[in-house]
Amino acid sequence: MGLQVKLEKAVKGFSLDINWEIGNELAVLFGYSGAGKTMTLQMLSGFVKPDNGFIRLSGTVLHDSAGKINIQPQDRPFGYVFQDLALFPHMTVMKNILYGATGASKKDGMALANCFIREFKLGGLERRYPHEISGGQKQRVALARALIRQPEALLLDEPFSALDRPLRLEMRHFLKDLMDRFHIPVVLVTHDFEEARAVADKIIIYENGTISQTGSPEEFPKRPVN
Amino acid sequence: MTFMDEEMFFSIRLSLQVASVATALVILTAIPTAYVLARKRFRGREILDVVLTLPLVLPPTVTGYYLIIVFGRKGLIGGPVYEWTGWNIMFTWQAAVLASFVVAFPLMLKTARAAMESVDENFINVSYTLGHSEWETALRVVLPLSKRGIIAGVVLAFARAMGEFGATMMIAGNLPGRTDTMPIAIYSLAGSGEWSKANVMVILLTVISGFFLYIVNRHARRII
Repeated sequence: MGLQVKLEKAVKGFSLDINWEIGNELAVLFGYSGAGKTMTLQMLSGFVKPDNGFIRLSGTVLHDSAGKINIQPQDRPFGYVFQDLALFPHMTVMKNILYGATGASKKDGMALANCFIREFKLGGLERRYPHEISGGQKQRVALARALIRQPEALLLDEPFSALDRPLRLEMRHFLKDLMDRFHIPVVLVTHDFEEARAVADKIIIYENGTISQTGSPEEFPKRPVN
Repeated sequence: MTFMDEEMFFSIRLSLQVASVATALVILTAIPTAYVLARKRFRGREILDVVLTLPLVLPPTVTGYYLIIVFGRKGLIGGPVYEWTGWNIMFTWQAAVLASFVVAFPLMLKTARAAMESVDENFINVSYTLGHSEWETALRVVLPLSKRGIIAGVVLAFARAMGEFGATMMIAGNLPGRTDTMPIAIYSLAGSGEWSKANVMVILLTVISGFFLYIVNRHARRII
């Protein structure tokens, strides 16, 4: 079970060749900009097609180049929080979260959204628009919108990079709490090693499109060389 | 002496009717076309854009000439339709609608396409990751986020349709009480030296067009 990934992709001046597997844990993809971390997330979510490889989530094949299987992004059970969060500016907090409740009836969607609003400490902000709430609140709305459809895995692309330090620490705790509630694989991309060590169950180090090291945070007492 | 007579009222009513129907047709066709041109990659995309935009830069008489070739009694489409039904669009108020539609279409297409292309790709991608189809994403994300550009396009199209003259003259002609929209009536009034009536129509058309431009400017500023 969990998430198994083997991907190869060559684009202009860069090639990616990675292979990793995680269980229901929080894996951090760590590496410098341009190492291929975000491209991995884009291939997982189906926006970029790998040249070769496979993606398996909870035993379901989402992509298999050899078997010519390529599930469309709409049909992949990932929750994806983009680096810029991409909260819809024309929708209120409530409507943003409800937009994620795909497939639920209006009544069930509302009940679920209210539940998330309470749990994610967003009470009172339902009718506000994204530009009217703080950075930390936006993060929580984006997480709620991604989780409300009960994804089988969560992808987070540098979700806390725009926050100041106290808020980053708060969001890390929040993420840890989420992990305890949602037992799903979470893939978090960051180039902040302290953050990687603080939240990860497993750290996967990306270097120029390949994986140089993999291990638990304890195995990386210091910032890796390179 | 009254400022307006029955014929002038007819022209005003006809202009509003023609511009409204033409704008409705433009909305129905230009928005989906703008979406396809903005979001889809296919061979001949830019050529299609050029063909659809041509009426914006061609002299309206040339556009009208093409319309005669296509919709005239012996035209590519008009011919078979005439043989089948005995009806031809030439010299009817519907011909004025057709002329206004063709010249107003590119204005809507250009503004709507630009607005849709400026929608951040991440909003569209996040909608897909939330399980929404392309159709739902277009309706609930792309269209609302392009709203201001689309409204500006609708207003511009309506104003252009109200002022259409050249192509209308070519295919609808100048038939008093049938196809003489405001611009055509002004042409006739000036030709026959009825200056006081022409003045009223000119001022009316100027005020209407100015009002629409004002609305476009207000929206355009908010787009940026």
